[in-house]
Amino acid sequence: MTASLTPIAEPTPAPSLQPSGWLRYFSFSLDHKVIGLQYIVCGFLFYFVGGALAGVIRTELATPISDFVSREVYNQVLTLHGTVMIFLWIVPVVNGGFGNYLIPFYVGARDMAFPRLNAVAFWMIPPSGLLLISSYFVHGGAAQSGWTAYPPLSLTTPATGQILWILSVLLLGGSSIFGGINFIATIVKFRQPGLKMMMLPMYCWAMLGTSILVVLATPVLAGTLILLSLDIVAHTGFFNPGLGGNVVVYQHLFWFYSHPAVYIMVLPAFGLVSEILPVHARKPLFGYVTMVYSIMAIVILGLIVWAHHMFTSGTPPWMRLFFTIATAFIAVPTGIKFFNWIATLWRGRLALTTAMLFSCAFIIQFVFGGITGVALAQVPFDVHVHDTYFVVAHFHYIVYGGTVFVIFASIYHWYPKFTGRMLNEQLGHLHLLLTVIGFNLCFGPQHWLGLNGMPRRVAEYDPAFTFVNQLSSVGALMMAISTLPFLINVIYSALGGPMAGNNPWRALTPEWLTSSPPPVENWRGAPPLVTEPYGYGHNGSPIDLQTASGRDLWSTEP
Amino acid sequence: MTTAPITASEGTTTADAHLDHGHHPDLRMFGVATFLVADGMTFAGFFAAYLTFRAVNPLPEGSTYELELLMPTINTVLLVVSSFTFHRASKELMASRMGACRGWLLVSALLGVAFLGGQMLEYFTLPFGLTANLFASTFYALTGFHGLHVTLGALMILIVWWQARQPGKFTPQDHFGIAAVELYWHFVDVIWLVLFALLYLL
Ligand code: HEM
Ligand SMILES: [Cu+2]
Repeated sequence: MTASLTPIAEPTPAPSLQPSGWLRYFSFSLDHKVIGLQYIVCGFLFYFVGGALAGVIRTELATPISDFVSREVYNQVLTLHGTVMIFLWIVPVVNGGFGNYLIPFYVGARDMAFPRLNAVAFWMIPPSGLLLISSYFVHGGAAQSGWTAYPPLSLTTPATGQILWILSVLLLGGSSIFGGINFIATIVKFRQPGLKMMMLPMYCWAMLGTSILVVLATPVLAGTLILLSLDIVAHTGFFNPGLGGNVVVYQHLFWFYSHPAVYIMVLPAFGLVSEILPVHARKPLFGYVTMVYSIMAIVILGLIVWAHHMFTSGTPPWMRLFFTIATAFIAVPTGIKFFNWIATLWRGRLALTTAMLFSCAFIIQFVFGGITGVALAQVPFDVHVHDTYFVVAHFHYIVYGGTVFVIFASIYHWYPKFTGRMLNEQLGHLHLLLTVIGFNLCFGPQHWLGLNGMPRRVAEYDPAFTFVNQLSSVGALMMAISTLPFLINVIYSALGGPMAGNNPWRALTPEWLTSSPPPVENWRGAPPLVTEPYGYGHNGSPIDLQTASGRDLWSTEP
Repeated sequence: MTTAPITASEGTTTADAHLDHGHHPDLRMFGVATFLVADGMTFAGFFAAYLTFRAVNPLPEGSTYELELLMPTINTVLLVVSSFTFHRASKELMASRMGACRGWLLVSALLGVAFLGGQMLEYFTLPFGLTANLFASTFYALTGFHGLHVTLGALMILIVWWQARQPGKFTPQDHFGIAAVELYWHFVDVIWLVLFALLYLL
């Protein structure tokens, strides 16, 4: 039926009860683009909350004594900061946000496989976020046991806040699972006819891997938190040593989710970078097939390395050995991806746009965080620095220096598609400069702090660490300031930025082959079949990316 | 809007026919199956916790892992039989015998309810309560979480049973509701078999 009906100039949108105009961003919209932007904007709002909490932490730590807030409040702020940043900012934005916006384009569909489930998944987020934050105001305050909620600490701190924390995380986990189901169905089953899996843009593979992890690991966290809440409410003793329970079981179950969770936060970023680099380097993505296999290897390995977080929890030697080796193995597929990105840039015709520069900063900082990660996986080293600032530095290099940098790169890259207008590049460069300096100043010195024995999650410390802590706090202040040019840019450009046109980057992936912003049903007329999303830099006779060797790609003139 | 002639059979999809909505594959069963994988992982986490507790956390003096076997064995039979009766209901549906289909659905739901009754009976006759010891807590958490699944399942069977009285609601070609509940019911059944082996037989 389609073919004969497609050539229509301006299709009237199907009559529906969906609001249009700006109001739709506040509605239960079923449009994947609206939902994607809802995720992103909502995520940014929580990012500012989490950032303000980080400001409190760094202000407190500017002096060695506990003077800015009380110790209890410090613990609450620390817990809220971690939980907000992970569950309300990173995970929703790189998965739900960009995923919802881009994946339907990439599979040549007009929406996600389950639009209604999609909207439900999004609308679970703002209430659970508010629930979490409001727990600060209940009797006893918010949870104080950190984002890991280890018992017995989580059993002895004020119960109301802890229960609200559990509820909120359960809801966010549910939202994440619904999203994951939707992505798997959309990528595996919803592709347009003729579009093979190995033709998909890399972000699809990243989201497929991520969603598999979400579906397999998140339910375990949910089950664990249910048991934890029984311990709190019904006084069972699953994780309460006083009642014959076992805290280490909690840690195993928690990390069975939360190690994959770090890949849930970073795999989508890998995917997004793999979209951005080829466009701005005008070269095909290097090593497509190895990229796919390394994503899948990361998914499998990611599920069997969790106990590297527990080397000091009395894990038996055989377990230490197994988890050290398995963890070291993850560096292999990760390294493959790293070299593929470098090879993509190699002799490309680089456009040093803000999107490109943020991506390059990502590559460098992520590698650094990966190296400290491999170091942490070695038991003899880890027993010294476990639960010190070295670990804090490690994961911030990956989560902030990696994923958050990619989120910014992606905003600079896709903003023209979202709004139809270009962002200002000068302001973008300023944003980049401030963020890179601020970020490295904030978290670089924390490696030193950890190596010299400053424990994490404390409001007071040895005065010998004062100067380095103050350096770190100055870095944090710069990071806060760096968001100003970004915000000004985003708001100003939405109103008065130069028009972007359909395809300002001359990209080949399907979201650019339509107007900016795209029409409700993504394309007027039939969806384009993009079999070669990265076919840059060759005229006429395209290289067969599946069989080409590195030399073929490199010797092709950009 | 389109000027192409609209035939009667296309009537229902014309509003957005030009948007080729009619070509979407029906992925709802795929979605349900993926969800059940996730749900299964929750149980897997519980089972892993239970097995670890048993391996490394000795119970206090005087407590035991021994449970009465009669009631749970009857329950196991009820649940397994209900899986077969549900399968029978689907067979009848495929043969367009809606009356028989509804009958078998009702039988399955009642077997589920009987299972829940048996479970209650067991709870009230057990010598230990929820917080008695680690095994007791794990026992109640696992069977309770599973019982919640049976309750939901029985309710959903009753819902499709009620919906099925409407002619044409479920046809051999289009019966997502029944198919989804059936898959779910078999899943709950399989989980019970694992649970039974681990909690009662081990
Ligand atoms: C080559 C890859 C990586 C390796 C080998 C690695 C290794 C480790 C190890 C061994 C720890 C435990 C340190 C300790 O607590 O003593 C750790 C902590 C952590 N890693 Fe990584 N990691 C890697 C990549 C990542 C990625 C990609 C992320 C996130 C996107 C990440 C996030 C974290 C977080 C959040 C923690 C701390 C959790 C906590 O205790 O609060 N890591 N990493
Ligand atoms: Cu880990």
